[in-house]
Amino acid sequence: MTEPREEPGTFPFTRGVHATMYRGKLWTMRQYAGFGTAQETNKRYKYLLSQGQTGLSMAFDLPTQIGYDSDDAMALGEVGRVGVAISSLADMEQVFDGIPLDKVSTSMTINATASILLALYLAVAEKQGVPWSKVSGTVQNDILKEYIARGTYIFPPRPSLRLIADVVEFCVKEVPGWNTISVGGYHMREAGCTAAQEIAFTLADGIAYVQTCVERGLAVDDFASRIAFFFNCHSNFLEEIAKFRAARRLWAHIMRDRFGAKNERSMMLRFHTQTAGSTLTAQQPDNNVVRTTIEALAAVLGGTQSLHTNAKDEAIALPTEESALLALRTQQIIAYESGVTAEPDPLGGSHYVERLTDELDAKAREYLNKIDNLGGMLKAVESGYVYKEIYGAAYEHQKAVERKEKIIVGVNEFVSGKKLALKMQKTDPKMEPRRRRDLAALRKKRNRVTVDKCLATLGKAAKSSENLMPILVDSVRNYVTVGEICNVLRGTFGEYRATHSI
Amino acid sequence: MKRPTKVLIAKAGLDGHERGALVVAMGLRDAGMEVVYTGIRNTPEQIVAAAVQEDVDVIGLSSLSGGHMAQFSRVMKLLKKEKIKGVLVFAGGIIPDEDVKKLKKLGIKEVFGPGSSIASIAEFVKKSVRSK
Repeated sequence: MTEPREEPGTFPFTRGVHATMYRGKLWTMRQYAGFGTAQETNKRYKYLLSQGQTGLSMAFDLPTQIGYDSDDAMALGEVGRVGVAISSLADMEQVFDGIPLDKVSTSMTINATASILLALYLAVAEKQGVPWSKVSGTVQNDILKEYIARGTYIFPPRPSLRLIADVVEFCVKEVPGWNTISVGGYHMREAGCTAAQEIAFTLADGIAYVQTCVERGLAVDDFASRIAFFFNCHSNFLEEIAKFRAARRLWAHIMRDRFGAKNERSMMLRFHTQTAGSTLTAQQPDNNVVRTTIEALAAVLGGTQSLHTNAKDEAIALPTEESALLALRTQQIIAYESGVTAEPDPLGGSHYVERLTDELDAKAREYLNKIDNLGGMLKAVESGYVYKEIYGAAYEHQKAVERKEKIIVGVNEFVSGKKLALKMQKTDPKMEPRRRRDLAALRKKRNRVTVDKCLATLGKAAKSSENLMPILVDSVRNYVTVGEICNVLRGTFGEYRATHSI
Repeated sequence: MKRPTKVLIAKAGLDGHERGALVVAMGLRDAGMEVVYTGIRNTPEQIVAAAVQEDVDVIGLSSLSGGHMAQFSRVMKLLKKEKIKGVLVFAGGIIPDEDVKKLKKLGIKEVFGPGSSIASIAEFVKKSVRSK
């Protein structure tokens, strides 16, 4: 229950993590985008920086995300498609050419290979003469939801958790300004889970990471404030507002009571929100602007720290310049015209919103207890429990839509008008062969003996419990590639292969 | 008794979007078919090998990463090469209209886009298998 006189900015933060909220500072409008090559990405970043933006967002192509170089057979057809292709330090140097890393903060959507991409970023900083104590940014570094919903895993869960703790431990000592984990519920919600499940499964992932780091010997207050969250904002307006409130309250209690955190900053659930791509429809696409507006408003009333609003064509096509701009304007209208920023948690005290908050809190607790009884989130993921829960909910949703128990305007009711023509991002067909040539040249130019030595050291360390980060930094400095590193780790850790029956 | 129609739902490419594939798989199962699901990240070779091993009547291909032309046409080529006849192939996902025509020319019977109902897919499979 919300304490009778709970004020915003006080424990358990149901009403928000700041006392003044948006009166003090608006949320960050952070639109995620991906570009194919290092050169294009560099150009785009320089443009954004010249326009006054200070935060960069980095999207990677799928081969980079699952540890294959651009010239690997597995990468065929996927190079540079959903983000930039990074195989070696040469690519990372090109992306940040002329961009001093002490002047920007970079958010990287990267998970299985987060430790390697962070190592690459730190190696670029070093080459620029920027001390690591001056760099700031975020890696998603949230592997558990990959097994459940997003799919860019490489290794089995246990060695993957070790890599996450390696990043956290290393940053506590060496890169204090780095946000080490962004725990995401977004993808699980897109995959079909409910609001209560989104809270529970996200916080359960968070618990697993904190637990792993505590078992490593780290003091909870030394690293917990560098862990942030990433939620979806779906179509059910009041339920979503209550979801954010319940999640904040639950996390504060978990950090204080389960992990004994003393610093209030360790107990504050800070989060990024993206509106729900899965609520957008190909039918009557203009309706998507209205859907996104309602979802964005719920995220703001729920107290988000940053927000991405989807373009109306985003889920099914490459957004046009016009639709991307409209998505940003939607946030600006909420921020500057709607008046909702005047008061923190303006719906606090509403009978219905408080009741929904308590209900979601209780439902999420039930799931969390169940997961504890299964032996924790790692076991719950390994057993397929979470996966079955989510896709079961997705199937129930689809059946409800087909029976018209749930109405989707333009899809199963009020059907008329035209459908959005599906378009695909065209990638330059010459890019893949060019990347193969560049990589071949790089491999020839490097000192083979040094490369082999790095890989041998890595292989040995992977078998021990040593922190791999210093070795990864040293490897990438010597132009050892992401694929080569992952191949060595695949040899030691093995590869995860999902075996879920339906 | 005739055995139930056996369907392989297969995901090609490196992306992890499997909600659509899984919902269709569960829907066809509940419509009385026997369904095998490959999971994510399969090469065309792995998909065809699974179809042979499971001796399926129908293959449903799913793609949301944009790699469908390369991946699906390779599946069709391999089916021909392996001399696998009489298997009904359909597809689903984010497939542009211009590509739908090309895929149909390759022998893919139908392509289901976003918003398609399970009922319409199940009906299509039943009708197509019956008329084979």
